[in-house]
Amino acid sequence: MPVNESFVGRTFDPVGPYAVDAAMIAAFAEAVGATDAVHFDAEAARAAGYRDVIAPPTLAVRFDQLSSRAYVQDPDAGIDYSRVVHGEQSFVHHRPITAGDELVAATTVDSIRSAGGHAMISVRTEISNGDEPVATTRSTIVVRGGE
Amino acid sequence: MARQFSDVSVGDSLGTKTVPVQRATLVAYANASLDQNPIHQDEAFAKQVGLPDVIAHGMWTMGAAGTLAAEWAGDAGRIVEYGTRFTSMVVVPAGGSELSVTGVVKSLDEARKRATVELTATAGGSKVLGRCQAVVQLD
Repeated sequence: MPVNESFVGRTFDPVGPYAVDAAMIAAFAEAVGATDAVHFDAEAARAAGYRDVIAPPTLAVRFDQLSSRAYVQDPDAGIDYSRVVHGEQSFVHHRPITAGDELVAATTVDSIRSAGGHAMISVRTEISNGDEPVATTRSTIVVRGGE
Repeated sequence: MARQFSDVSVGDSLGTKTVPVQRATLVAYANASLDQNPIHQDEAFAKQVGLPDVIAHGMWTMGAAGTLAAEWAGDAGRIVEYGTRFTSMVVVPAGGSELSVTGVVKSLDEARKRATVELTATAGGSKVLGRCQAVVQLD
């Protein structure tokens, strides 16, 4: 089944809230080789003006993926995940993800383009803490064409 | 302390950073990011699907490269935008590998005291990220 272009413009129900804690932030920061004390030391984070320890910017992908799952796993979307390659990723941070956040994420399908037998799907996920916007993530995945 | 806008010029180097990556690093990243795709952990599986070996998550590579911009900024919370294309893979054999990252200031936004920086990440002699840019809020 080809990728279903009628999903363009659809926004899926928000997922969450997901609690963010210091252990989640420290584990992620350590895994990507981040050394800034604002990830590990609440005192250092407060001295820099934050409420508590903050995450590296790319932790937002965790919530992007939790949210976009509803789309990519929708049987009507026509996405064969074994043929998916991550093409592009970007983040806009309205503020850093911070320990104590209760994040909610909602994914919208922005565009689906076909090129050379492949489908390029761009999705956007808005991540918020209550009414406060935290980050906007954009992913482009490529679904490789058939044999 | 975040870097001062007045201390920054277009063309400035961000310095260099080498981030080692072992298979255990990828397991830790998988647990922290929730991306448990076996191509990033299981050599037999990766080879079975036609990959040369275990490969790093593209998002691990993006995250690791971004730490250079965060260290240059002086405060990781100052990365207000960050984006990349995934152009090549980081192969991680049993003995591990490493990601080499360099960066340069591409442009400055005087009104908002923001710098756009471009990062270059290489592994095994290949550039692995394309158009990898961050916008950094300076003081």
